Amino acid sequence: MAQARQPDAAARGPRKPRRPQAGLAFIAPFAALFALVFIVPILYAAYLSFFQDRLVGGTTFVGLDNYTKLVRDPQFWDGVARVARFTLVQVPIMLVLSMALALALDSMRLHGTKFLRVTIFLPYAVPAIVSTLMWGFLLGVKYGLFGSLNKALGTDFDPFSPGTTLISIGVMVTWAFTGFNMLIFYAALKAVPRELYEAAAIDGANELQVVRAIKLPALRGSLVVTVIFSIIGTFQMFNEPQILPSMVANSGVTTFYTPNLYAYNLAFTGSQQGYAAALALVMAAITIAVAYAVQIRGLRNASSGR
Amino acid sequence: MPRPAASRLHTVGNPRKSTTLTVMTALFTLYCLLPLVWLVINATKSQADFVSTFGLGPGHEFALWDNIAQVFTYQDGIFARWLLNTVLYVVVGATVSTFLAALGGYALAKLDFTGKRVFLLVVLGSISVPGIALAIPQFLLFAQLGMTDTPWAVLIPSFINPFGLYLMWVFTAEAVPSGLLEAAKIDGAGEFRTFLQIALPLLAPAGVTVLLFSFVSIWNNYFLPLIMLKDPDWYPLTVGINQWNKLGSSAGNGALVQNLVITSALLTIVPLIIAFLSLQRYWQSGLALGAVKG
Repeated sequence: MAQARQPDAAARGPRKPRRPQAGLAFIAPFAALFALVFIVPILYAAYLSFFQDRLVGGTTFVGLDNYTKLVRDPQFWDGVARVARFTLVQVPIMLVLSMALALALDSMRLHGTKFLRVTIFLPYAVPAIVSTLMWGFLLGVKYGLFGSLNKALGTDFDPFSPGTTLISIGVMVTWAFTGFNMLIFYAALKAVPRELYEAAAIDGANELQVVRAIKLPALRGSLVVTVIFSIIGTFQMFNEPQILPSMVANSGVTTFYTPNLYAYNLAFTGSQQGYAAALALVMAAITIAVAYAVQIRGLRNASSGR
Repeated sequence: MPRPAASRLHTVGNPRKSTTLTVMTALFTLYCLLPLVWLVINATKSQADFVSTFGLGPGHEFALWDNIAQVFTYQDGIFARWLLNTVLYVVVGATVSTFLAALGGYALAKLDFTGKRVFLLVVLGSISVPGIALAIPQFLLFAQLGMTDTPWAVLIPSFINPFGLYLMWVFTAEAVPSGLLEAAKIDGAGEFRTFLQIALPLLAPAGVTVLLFSFVSIWNNYFLPLIMLKDPDWYPLTVGINQWNKLGSSAGNGALVQNLVITSALLTIVPLIIAFLSLQRYWQSGLALGAVKG
């Protein structure tokens, strides 16, 4: 940050000669820590990704070997495909639910709006570890409700079999984040000037017309934000599949179930740090690319007034 | 569906309540509450009752107090240590990150400096860098620096909250009038004093929002402490609870302590829910402010 302290911004113009310096001093602590926490680790990981731990010869420079290996690694792509599939189904369901709930709460037609709003947001305050424990026990056949249900009905349904685990994780993730997204939509709706509704009422617009003409357009900006955050969130899924195997046997969760779980297992149990670093970087790049593509599309739609 | 004709009897600002809509929303609320109700019920059961009785029904004995006592004495009372660690990580992390975000957001909104554009681009871009994908590089670097397995490894990454900085930037631009700052400076207040005494109080609602979200995300953080810490004495609650959960699992070979896992999970979320509910009033005024200005 030594360079940052130089008052070299005097060129900005004679009007506010003292300002540039002050701004730098304010931003410096954030910038320095940001470099330590974001930029240097990424650069260091990029550096490490060119090396491999080998039995013979120790840590060796291998060029792009880790990356070419990753591109051809079916376990990596299996995880990527799984989170992509999961995102395609889970994100729309969750966001439509959040939007419907925000509209319902904003309509002022509910009894106990405040209680409902707080309760729906509450799961956001629960750590993923606790939510996975609760749902794991709750849905599990050994101690949970499905065990009781199967016993009562004589059925044999298991929410944590290899074919159903991802759905159960969807139930957990939707539970945890619908309220958070609902609040973002709700805040956007609250920002709509009330006079618009009065004008619409005078024009004889009914509730559905108000939703379509005023409320949904007001949600467009927050929709872009929530879609991006949800994609980032589901692409980096880790906690649930990392915790589940210790709760239920044969859940179908592999060591490479999601890319992040794979990176974790490579770095800590497989001690292939160079390979894990390459994976983390590629995964970050994929996530950013997807989020960016959605953002561009969303903004284009928003500006064209679709 | 509610009939629009009802609006004749009710004003636009106070329409007739709809039972259908309330019931539909309440159904979703049930989904939100179900696991929490399950958690509360099962925290009152002994291990024997947990295994043998119906999940949403009561146990044969009310063992909540007994469970809590056991949670605090199990493994030489390490739970209290985990609780204190979590409080340390949350209080220091949330306070520092919120203050840094306010400083930075204020500088972006109200002050000029070279490299502002580049800084904004890089920081805003970093919001979309997945935290977990970042954690592994952070671990590799911190390991190289010899900082892993110390509280710093958990604290330092929590100091930086790019989204908080973004929020503070937007809020400062909207809620702090530049004229007020100019007036303070004309009266002879320095830049930092102007920030502390004029801008910071105005930023309080946004600050509480950022603080609350930092609070929740640090309290709930699992992945970062999981990879950074080896010594159980530095674990936060999230990592500690999963340690207990693994004890008697199919993979482990210790005694099952699910009653302790469930009770400690309940104890973990109670402070969060209290903090959230009590901070909510301030936080809603933050939202309202954004709504008025936005």
